[in-house]
Amino acid sequence: METVITTDKLTKRFGSFVAASELSFEVHRGEIFGFLGANGAGKTTAMRMLCGLLTPSSGKARIAGFDIYHETEKIKRNIGYMSQKFSLYDDLTVSENIRFYAGIYGMSIPAIKQKTKELLEELQLVNEAKTLVRELPLGWKQKLAFSVSIVHDPEIVFLDEPTGGVDPVTRRQFWDLIYAAADKGVTIFVTTHYMDEAEYCNRVSIMVDGVIAALDSPAGLKHQYGNQSMEDVFYELARKAKRGE
Amino acid sequence: MITIDKLTKTYNKGQVLAIKDVSLEVKRGELFGLIGPDGAGKTTIFRILTTLLLADKGTATVNGCDVVKDYVKIRNNVGYMPGRFSLYQDLTIEENLNFFATVFGTSIRENYDLIKDIYIQIEPFKDRRAGKLSGGMKQKLALCCALIHKPAVLFLDEPTTGVDVVSRKEFWEMLARLKAEGITIMVSTPYMDEANRCDRIALIQKGQILSVDTPAGIVGQFPVDLYAVHSANTHKLLREVRNYPGTDSCFAFGDALHVTFKGGAAGAHEAGAGPAGLTNYLRERGLADVGMEKIPPGVEDCFIQLLKS
Repeated sequence: METVITTDKLTKRFGSFVAASELSFEVHRGEIFGFLGANGAGKTTAMRMLCGLLTPSSGKARIAGFDIYHETEKIKRNIGYMSQKFSLYDDLTVSENIRFYAGIYGMSIPAIKQKTKELLEELQLVNEAKTLVRELPLGWKQKLAFSVSIVHDPEIVFLDEPTGGVDPVTRRQFWDLIYAAADKGVTIFVTTHYMDEAEYCNRVSIMVDGVIAALDSPAGLKHQYGNQSMEDVFYELARKAKRGE
Repeated sequence: MITIDKLTKTYNKGQVLAIKDVSLEVKRGELFGLIGPDGAGKTTIFRILTTLLLADKGTATVNGCDVVKDYVKIRNNVGYMPGRFSLYQDLTIEENLNFFATVFGTSIRENYDLIKDIYIQIEPFKDRRAGKLSGGMKQKLALCCALIHKPAVLFLDEPTTGVDVVSRKEFWEMLARLKAEGITIMVSTPYMDEANRCDRIALIQKGQILSVDTPAGIVGQFPVDLYAVHSANTHKLLREVRNYPGTDSCFAFGDALHVTFKGGAAGAHEAGAGPAGLTNYLRERGLADVGMEKIPPGVEDCFIQLLKS
């Protein structure tokens, strides 16, 4: 299997505090990889390193084939990122948001035009192209936010709690989009606090106190810890956390 | 303890409807949950009840006081923990708590018993600035500050959003202890699994109440039989079950699908329809390892069902 993320003892220290300690794992092409952890376990630090936004203290990593120390700009061009908190500009229209993100990623004007047309059709938003994003229902916004995060056809997309606060139906529709993107070969790296969503991932890692405490398929983890659900597995691992958050 | 009568609130000169004709009653000593997604109108209800926002129409009282006429009395008698962290980031833990105690004319010592269980967990860091705290610690400090004047009613707007499973469990245990002290609590959450921790809940979506009852009562109103369907290949299973002509609704729930069938109980026994026909249908399409059982619905199943109707 082709790997798109490889890390080897990736570590980040802030002074004497080791935020992320010797993370070693691989993520395969087209995989949905769930990156879980308690608050303060070091998830954000790890994500920031993987996205080329934070220089590691030690260890190695390659993201989409690029070195995490020397090729961060190439990494940024080859990944997408979406968070629940901030993704779209409310005071821009649907097509302006697409154009903005595509432009940021350096796509040519003809390519942007073509992509906008495709996306609007795919999302069934043709009639809403000139609607301000703030006027869209939350579910449509979510879909649009996800689509613009992969507008430049990245190898990997990082989703940081993409479904927080979303209603139960929209949350599940969002996972349909994730599945569809993964089927096309986009690698999905996702964090979530919904433990039922951890079950939708191919593999899941759980960080506790800066280290990866467990990594396997949801079925494998449940078997290993003798638990009924991912929530039980997570609870068992995360409650052992000693770090004062 | 709290009465809400046909509250309506719009924003942007009437263009955006936040809540419409919302009526509710919360009894003294009750732990009451407002369950719904972002944009449902939960925060608007909290802000009206805590006298920070005026409704367009309707009335509400808290502890017998009108939210418009008696707003000063209400402010002295309620604790409010807003969804967004609203303490002073550049004051320390202890300074924040002292500040809120002083504003309400009391002292940390006077009501220490009430906050003790929570405060001792953050006390080792009492000289740390609030802005430098982790999510879980901020949440505990905010709860202490909302409690320091021993309020009769506690309003908690999404206290567990973005908080991990362990901290969420701890937080609900704290709420159970406060309830035992006799404090009436109104709490909102987007996490459906937390609904079971409440005495009664209101399911809310797009500014309207879908249902109000005990969690058991809500679940009891689920109108049809619900089945859990498993297979090792959940993704393929989801596609095929959706294509099955007898399927009414099908949603992923963790490692299973929750499925309802058309025609209710009648359809259940017809060949080629209902749950009886599904296993065959799936086997013909290459899913041989399918398991299926009838299950009791959860609050999230009910919410999805109510959204549909």
